[in-house]
Parts: sequence; structure tokens; C-alpha cells
Amino acid sequence: MRQPKIIVVGGGLAGLMATIRVAEAGVPVDLFSIVPVKRSHSVCAQGGINAAKNQKGEGDSIAKHFDDTIYGGDFLANQPLVKRMCEAAPGIIDLLDRMGVMFNRTPEGLLDYRRFGGTLYHRTAFAGATTGQQLLYALDEQVRRHESEGKVQKYEGATFLSAVIDDSGVCRGICSMDLRSMEVTTHAADAVIFATGGIGAIFGRSTNSVVCTGSAQSALFQQGVDYANGEFIQVHPTAIPGEDKLRLMSESARGEGGRVWVPKNPNDQRPPRTIPEGERFYFLEEWYPKYGNLVPRDIATRAIHRIVYQEHLGLHGKAAVYLDVTHIPRETLDRKLEGILEIYEKFLGVDPHVEPMQVFPAMHYTMGGIWINGQDQATSVPGIYAAGECEYQYHGANRLGANSLVSCIFGGGLAGPAAVKYAANLQTGTEAVSSTVFENEKKRQQEKNQMLISNQGSENPITIWRELGDIMTEHVTVTRINKNLELADSKIRDLQARYHKINLSDRTKWSNQTLNFARELENMLVLARVVTLGALQRNESRGAHYKPDFPERDDANWLKTTRARFSDGEIQLTYEPVDISQIPPRPRRYDAAK
Amino acid sequence: MPNKTDKKEVLVKVKRQSAPKVSPHWEEFRLQWRPYMNVIICLRDISENPVTSDGRPTTPVSYDSNCLEEVCGSCAMLINGKARMACSALVDQLDQPIRIEPLTKFPVVRDLSVDRQFMFESLKRVKAWIPIDGTYDLGEGPRVPPEIQEKGYPLSRCITCGNCLEVCPQVNEHNPFMGAAIFSQVRLFNMHPTGKMHAKERIAAAMGNGGIEDCANAQNCVVACPKGIPLTESLAEINREAWKQSLFGWLAG
Repeated sequence: MRQPKIIVVGGGLAGLMATIRVAEAGVPVDLFSIVPVKRSHSVCAQGGINAAKNQKGEGDSIAKHFDDTIYGGDFLANQPLVKRMCEAAPGIIDLLDRMGVMFNRTPEGLLDYRRFGGTLYHRTAFAGATTGQQLLYALDEQVRRHESEGKVQKYEGATFLSAVIDDSGVCRGICSMDLRSMEVTTHAADAVIFATGGIGAIFGRSTNSVVCTGSAQSALFQQGVDYANGEFIQVHPTAIPGEDKLRLMSESARGEGGRVWVPKNPNDQRPPRTIPEGERFYFLEEWYPKYGNLVPRDIATRAIHRIVYQEHLGLHGKAAVYLDVTHIPRETLDRKLEGILEIYEKFLGVDPHVEPMQVFPAMHYTMGGIWINGQDQATSVPGIYAAGECEYQYHGANRLGANSLVSCIFGGGLAGPAAVKYAANLQTGTEAVSSTVFENEKKRQQEKNQMLISNQGSENPITIWRELGDIMTEHVTVTRINKNLELADSKIRDLQARYHKINLSDRTKWSNQTLNFARELENMLVLARVVTLGALQRNESRGAHYKPDFPERDDANWLKTTRARFSDGEIQLTYEPVDISQIPPRPRRYDAAK
Repeated sequence: MPNKTDKKEVLVKVKRQSAPKVSPHWEEFRLQWRPYMNVIICLRDISENPVTSDGRPTTPVSYDSNCLEEVCGSCAMLINGKARMACSALVDQLDQPIRIEPLTKFPVVRDLSVDRQFMFESLKRVKAWIPIDGTYDLGEGPRVPPEIQEKGYPLSRCITCGNCLEVCPQVNEHNPFMGAAIFSQVRLFNMHPTGKMHAKERIAAAMGNGGIEDCANAQNCVVACPKGIPLTESLAEINREAWKQSLFGWLAG
């Protein structure tokens, strides 16, 4: 029997989990990552990972986790796969625990759980406030172990350029570029799993890491891999404003009792600690008494926008509100939130133990992503699988906090064996494919590089990128208005035209980060249009997608998945039904019990 | 020389090196000051307008970065001679001109970008993992006393940035000393209830060429660690364990 071969692109949680599963199946796996996998964006996840273990005797259950997730996602997620994820979640926690994750413990030595947004239960296991880092390291260590046994070959410092797709439309490998030698090479595989994460960079500034450009997803999209629900972008309510990055201030700050407020008098100049309770407006607690500070992220984000832009109660007239943990005992803060409070103190020079933090919403996560089926993470192109934030299946119209880590590990764990099974069942493997298929793809990519290096235009890629970010942040995040979305799309097309006049300030052939960024930028512009057009078409409000001109959820017309296709250079949107076979849709409201 | 209260302009000097074997040179840049500016923002400004302070066009500076919140470990470099993360190096807290150089204990790839593969190889050598039987369902992990978690968690926050190697006099081209970060990981895995079962293997791997006995107790590492990891405690403990193991062999201790 022939030995199949698998490639995984992306070394965050989903990619590492997929890699481990493939290696365990005894199949060789090549793992590609832009950064050393231990430096992947998953390290930025802070608050925790959800599983209905009911370890606090509150009557939590898998059914409740499932219902919270579907309800939190405003009924846009296909339900069967979400159910399977919630069923698998307790086992995933056990696995991570066995891998040695330093989860916080109860006095009995059991895992501790905290509360998170969109649920009334203590369902979130956590390792301080750096849970993503701890989980990523656990999987990184297991992959390193497989690597040392020769089962995994890493290609770190290599970026994905395109899939190698044969004449019958089957994926046979990838084309990548070494970020030092800038050499373009092709790599054969029977199946490729993509776990290429978020798309924050198309919004300029976000809570995402530098590598989260969505470039890989966009490249695949342009090669015929469908993209779903692109318009659903999560804006996290609490981030620290910054010019290079909007640093996340985890929901766990509220899960541990943090309160969001503004002075009732917008001209109040007193230091926050001296403002008496009666003169503070705890707007989330007042507007949403049942969930209070732990309403889902889309709700909290819109509430903060309302406070700042409609009620004009932003701090000192600025776009900011207080996130206050000063009333929580220092010992608790040090044990449970140290990592994030340290970030605030380091980057702003203010000690959040004694002074309330100033925060504002920031682009954080894409619920939309590569279209995959409802069974095994397969995309619309045979041989291509996707897992993690880069695909769309698990979070509907709004993701609940601490569900991303579980969806990454579940999806990666599903994709690995699925890819192995597909590869083993192939009639003819990648070795039978003509070498010209690979050579043609390599040539196409080399020509792109050559064009960029030699282009004598007037446009700087960073300038185009900044403008893209401004457009997307202004028009395609919290509040969406059709005429602004139309304007945004036309501006992005202008940027695409300007892109052709690009001029690289670095034309060298060694470790040319400018060239790589320019390549990513071209893909970002396409993906930005997918997000914008999806938002323009969807005339309703659902989860994170909010249109004041269409303020209600419209199940009759819009309980459907947006599916974008790229054909003849154009983005086409089609729609398909959502699988609501388990929980019938009902109105979603957090001001009362559901 | 402008001092740090001069808020109009930021003067930055960057050590440039176009490829691994090319000799380095310095370039100076004048940038516009903005609030909360950090060294990453300086480098981005240079990328957008790569022109030196004497008006000469140059290339953007190559550097490693990713999370920009000091948790990925990418952007370690020498800033005013000190090994630290560029993302958390705030311009207002730095004397100018700000001198930015690559780490010196790792091969330079280009400009400020360095190759830290040595550290990942060392993690392989000391078997820095819990050898689980498989990812299939085997039930819950072992109970862990809260005090072990409270000791282990700070160690598990190591971001493999390499700053502890950079400041260690024992890490040099004549000596393959693995560095404090690696021994601290040995300590972490050896305190975990499952990891403990394989403690001797890890201690054995932590000895020998480049091993724990090369630590000369300079204690620079603990000062340079951006995550405040008690590295000297880890070194002392691994040193003790290594002594025990070499004195009493594999059977005792």
C-alpha cells in the first residue's frame, strides 16, 4: 500500500492539533509556518477554554453549552457540528490536562473554572490569563516530540503562496516561499490542511498578531476554495488602544468580577477612584441585569459604542470607558489575571490594581472563513481541509468567549484523521501527477515576485495597507450602513488599482520582508472585498453584524449562510440554508433570562 | 544630543546587516514622536519611509515580530545595549538616540532578525514535554496540588525569546551552553506529576556538553527575563538534581 503524505499549513492550535493527529496515524506530515510555531497567534488567547464539566455543581451540561453557543451565535451556525464540539470539549480539557497544561487548580487539586461572557455557568478552564499560550505550548511540545522521532518535518519561516491544483481540480500540494532565501518551491501532498488563523490585518489595527493577514485564505479563495459568512467580524469590547496594535484586555477580567463604567457626568475630572458609587454609570449591569458585565461581545461592544457616540459619556470626551478591577483582592488578581494586568501596566505605565483601565472595542476575530462541510472540515476543493479561525463552522454570527480555543482543537483534531482517510483512499496519489502541474504553479508565483520586484510605480505598500485598515475599521466593523459599505467597496477597488503601481523600497533577494508583505497585501484587498460585499448584501442585524437601517434579525430572509465564490476574477455571493435541526431559532436577548 | 523630554522627534540608530556574512554598519533615522510610541512603531515608520536622517534612501529594516504584546517572544533585540522585547520598549522611557542592534549570541539573518533555532533544538534535547500515550480519550489528567501549579505556571510562561542566553557570559561561540530558559523548562516538566516519571532522563540530557555544569552563576539571566521567571532558582535546582544523579546514579536520588 502506498504511503500517503499530508501537509499542514499554520502552526497555531488547530494546525498543531491536526499535525499531532496525522503523526499519530503513522502518516508523515510537513508543517509549514511563517513564524516558529511556538510564536503563533494562539499565544494571545487569554481567558480560557470552555467545557461543560459542571465542576461547580451548578447543573451545567453539554446541552447548555451547545445552547449557549448556538444562541450566542444568533442561530447562524450549522448545529450538528457545534453539538459535536460541545460533546468533545470535556475530553479536550482532559487531554490538555494530561499534556501538562498548568491550569489553575482548586484546593482539591482539580481544575478551576471561571465564568465568561454569554453564559451563567462557570465553564471556562484557565491557566492564569495566558491560557492560549499555555495550550499552544502543550501542543507545540507534543509536536516537537513527534518531530524528534522523525514523524514531523517543520518548515518554519516559510509562507504559503498557493495550492497546487491539477487539471481535474484536485489539490496535490502547495507552493511556498522561504522567507530568508525568498526561494519559491512546490511541495507534493495528498491532502493539505489549512489552519492559517485570523484576518485582523485587513482592519489595519486589531487584537491580532502581525501574521494574521488572511493572505492564505484569500489565495485559496482566488483558486476556487469557497469562503463563508465573511461579513461576521467580532469586535471585542475591551482592548487597550495603541498605534501598532489594539491589545486585548480579556473577558476574564469581567469573568473575575471586573466592572465596566463611566462617570454619569461626562465632565467629571476627578480621579476615577474618588468618584462615588452613586455617580458612576455601570451601564452593562443596568441595561442587562441578568448577564451584567458578561453579556456576549457583540452586545457589550455596541453598548460601549452607544455610551461614547450617542450618550456622549466617553471618558474625558474620548472613545474610552473604564474597566475596573480595583475592588478585587490583589491576591486574586495576581493568581488569576496577572498576565493581562501586566500587559496593561507595561504598555501604558498605569497600574490597573489601583486605577481603572481605559478600554475601547477592537476588531478581534472572524466568525466567517473558508467554507467547510458539516462533517469533517473538508473544503469545496478535494484535498483541501481547513481548521481553526480560518474556517467558518463553529461560531455563527458571534463567537462566545473561550469557545475559540475549543473550536481550534476540535477542528484540528477532526481535520487530521479526515485528511489521512481521504489521502489513503485516493485512487492515484500526488506522485502520479505530472511534474508540469507543479512547475507551472511555481512559475506563476515566481513571475508574481518578479513583477513586484521590478515594478517602477509610485505606491508604497504600507500606505495602501493603512488606508485599507482605515476604510475597513470605519465602515465594516460595529455599525454598518449600506451607502458606506458601497463607498468602502469602491475605495478598496481604488486601492487595488493603486496596488498595480506599487514600488518596493527593497528589491533585494534575501529576507525581503517588503516583498512578502506586498504579496500579502494583494490578498488582503481581495478578502476585504469579500467581507464588505457580504455585509452590504445582508440586510438584517444578526450577532456581530449590525445595520441600524435593518435593526432586527430577519430569519425569513436571512437565516442562511453566505457563500462567496471567485469566478472569472469576480466575487459572487450565493446563499445556502443553515442546519437548525437541533434547536429551533428563538429571539436572542440578554436583558432577561433566555 | 536630544534628551528624552524632546517630544518632537525621535532619533533612532539601527545596526544594519544585509545578509549573514556581510559586515554591519549603522544608519540613523529621524522620526516623528507620538504618544505611547514603542520601538516596533519606530521600525514601521522606517519601513513606510526608508530614508536616513541625512536624506539617503535605504531599505526597510528587517526584524522579527508577531504578537506585539510580549507573549510570542519574537522581537527580542538589543535596545540601548540591553536585551529586551521591542514591543514593550517605550520610546519615552529610552535615552536618545535609541540604538537598536540584533542579539549577538545568535546568527544574524538580516538587520535585527536572528536565528534562534538553537533554543528549539535544545528543547528537543532535554525532552521538554510530557510523554502522553496518545490523544485518544484516557480520562482526566493527574490531580495537581495548587502549590505545584503556582510554582509551575510562572515557568511555563517562558517565551523562548533568548534574552537570558544573550546576557549569559557562558553562552558564546566556544561553548554550546543551552541557557537558563532550557533548564527552567526541565524543572517545569520534572515537577509535573506525569513529567516526574521521566525526570532522570531529562536531567541526564541537561548534563554534558553545554549542560547545567557550565552555568557560572553570573545571574544575569534572571534580570534580563521579560517574564520575571525565577531562572536562578531553576538553575540551582537542576544543578542540585544533576549532582545527585551523577553521584548516586540512576537508581537512587
